[in-house]
Amino acid sequence: MDFRLNEEQQMLQDTVARLVRGEYSFEKRLEYSESELGFSADFWKQLGELGLTAVPFPEELGGFGGTGVEVQSVMTELGRGLCIEPYLQSVVLGGGLISQAGNSEQKEQWLGGIATGEVRAAVGLQEPQSFYNLNDVETRAEKSGDGYVLNGRKAVVIGGHCADVLVVSARTSGDSRDADGISLFLIPADAEGIERRTYPTIDGFKGCDLFLNNVQLGPDALLGDEGKAAEVIEYQTGRAISALCGEAVGAMEVACDLTLEYLKQRKQFGVPIGRFQVLQHRMVDMMSELEQARSMAILAASVADEPQSDERRRILAAAKNVIGRSGQFISEQGIQSHGGIGMTWEYNFAHYAKRLVMINHQLGDDDFHLERYAAMLQAS
Amino acid sequence: MNLNYTTEELAFRDEVRAFLEKKLPEDIAAKVKGFRRLSKEDHQRWQKILSEQGWYATHWPEEYGGVNWSPVQKHIWDEESSRYGAPRSVPFGVNMVAPVIIKFGTEEQKQRYLPRILSGEDWWCQGYSEPGAGSDLASLKTRAVREGDHYIVNGQKTWTTLGQHANMIFCLVRTNTEVKAQEGISFLLIDMNTPGITVRPIITLDGEHEVNEVFFEDVKVPAENLVGEEDKGWTYAKYLLTYERTGLAGIGISKAALEHLKGLASRRLKNGKPLIEDATFGQRIAQVEIDLMAAAISNLRIIASVEGGGMPGAESSMLKVRGTEIRQTINDLARRAIGPYAIPFVEEELDLGYDGDFLSDENAAPVAPQYFNNRKLSIFGGSNEIQKNIVSKMILGL
Repeated sequence: MDFRLNEEQQMLQDTVARLVRGEYSFEKRLEYSESELGFSADFWKQLGELGLTAVPFPEELGGFGGTGVEVQSVMTELGRGLCIEPYLQSVVLGGGLISQAGNSEQKEQWLGGIATGEVRAAVGLQEPQSFYNLNDVETRAEKSGDGYVLNGRKAVVIGGHCADVLVVSARTSGDSRDADGISLFLIPADAEGIERRTYPTIDGFKGCDLFLNNVQLGPDALLGDEGKAAEVIEYQTGRAISALCGEAVGAMEVACDLTLEYLKQRKQFGVPIGRFQVLQHRMVDMMSELEQARSMAILAASVADEPQSDERRRILAAAKNVIGRSGQFISEQGIQSHGGIGMTWEYNFAHYAKRLVMINHQLGDDDFHLERYAAMLQAS
Repeated sequence: MNLNYTTEELAFRDEVRAFLEKKLPEDIAAKVKGFRRLSKEDHQRWQKILSEQGWYATHWPEEYGGVNWSPVQKHIWDEESSRYGAPRSVPFGVNMVAPVIIKFGTEEQKQRYLPRILSGEDWWCQGYSEPGAGSDLASLKTRAVREGDHYIVNGQKTWTTLGQHANMIFCLVRTNTEVKAQEGISFLLIDMNTPGITVRPIITLDGEHEVNEVFFEDVKVPAENLVGEEDKGWTYAKYLLTYERTGLAGIGISKAALEHLKGLASRRLKNGKPLIEDATFGQRIAQVEIDLMAAAISNLRIIASVEGGGMPGAESSMLKVRGTEIRQTINDLARRAIGPYAIPFVEEELDLGYDGDFLSDENAAPVAPQYFNNRKLSIFGGSNEIQKNIVSKMILGL
């Protein structure tokens, strides 16, 4: 048994780390975040040039067929830098859905661009009423001629404001919350009938709600088999959960480092506050949470690209539950350990805290995944 | 044992309710209930209404224009005004510096400052914390040197809440460096318009400007602005902190926040059903409601114990810890209740009067910012760690 990255994986992670260190100061991130695009076009371009946006794609697309471990290597460093580029949305989720469900024309049309970063995808799977249940789909896709017409609303589409292509779920049959009858569609960003309500997110990203009003699509827009998308969505969000675990671990590492550093240098009552036992124990608890999260991230990575199974489902639900809780714990206890300074905009800790809490609101929070896990328990 | 209010207390509660129903402006109540931003003008408008009613200075003796309510009456007032969505009075003038002036100030200070607090002419802020003096407040370094009939003040204060609105600041300053830290501190009243004072905003993680840094560079303060005796400021500071601690538990605010949470959880759906009826989430709400029920009774026990006079002791520190934890839990649940919609930061919906479509729920936009902002509750007013130190020392003798 060996938990270390192999040489190639380590090189990959080092490459991302160097790039992030060079390009992603805290001040620059704030600038990127406030720009109209909402992230750094230049950094995104460099991710493409270095082949990092191609990591999970096959060799013929310029990638090296990376699986959960490689994707996490990238995401961990993006998490350490608190990067706000749409890697998760475009490369992992968008690219993943098209890879799994697309026909050869669709793959040819989109994947090459996604792999180089020249094309950005965004993914609309949630709706205002869906909470975290991605089978709760009310957006309708009605047959119209040989194509479809879509009506409905997709909620909190991160990166949806500037994506070139949108992958959205819509119901072609069945009732709300039926797994059967959900389909996926590829929609060019400039399709007629799409309105966006764009907003910054509290953790520094940008996104939008998509309002689909009689969006007319040709037959080639259907991604995968009609009505059979639920399994594809579940599988790909599983890969995304693993990626998100990587990002969370990266952000938690920095949050813990910053807190430990502060405990050593901040003096009150004539001594560094790290001399107080109550703060020592809290710091130990934070580190223990980080270790739990690391372990679950490794486990998640090991199954992310394996065929679907109950074991894979269980592990990914467990991993997301753990990182949701550990992320919130490290955020809250880290702020408390810092005192007021941990709550200020000018100091980077607060921004790590916000990202970590919001990771719990992406792809299901700890309650959601606890319920999923519990539902798979069986009497022995 | 009798847990009911007396007939007189019930009559008082009716009077309070009638007043709030009639006089509390609807727009202000809507802001408070929806966790929306209050402007300086909102605070001043409500203060004026309270002053006209004679109910602004609830902690003052009648001779200075106070109400002299009993602890139970004050409690009824806190409870009812939170329930109706009245803003809490900005405490620095009326509930913090005023009790110190009343107990330790000169007659001239009382004559000058108390009426101006009542009328709203002065807006006070608090100059306690410094970059190097937080939990260890007594290590403060802002220096005041006596020169003739003035003090010359140099140094820096921080976390000055709403200092951007203030024209007066009460400060702890070091007047003697030769003695033990606590023994060289004085309590000075300083006009914010004096040359040499600079106020710089601190933006918090939710993007709000609520706190400030205040810099003092050769600021000339008349010697008559010293409260009490030179070098005795620590005694006054501690007296003030006991006032600060009472009420920090925020039981009334938590009750209002719980109603807000239940409203959200009734409107948000999970699998087609209101979230509040969901087994997991319903239990989370039930748990915090039960904890709040216990804390509310603890609060009443403390109030009853001081009904005959005096100030609550270290018990209020325990209540501060539990009360702030409960408020933070309620904020946590509200954030969870809006699910994916905790992520968008919809600034235009933070202000009352937004007339567009709400992105999700009309009360959703302030929820996540409020959760992050209220991490301060366990830090300010003496961090919860410091409160526990007080309890272990004062009550347990450890």
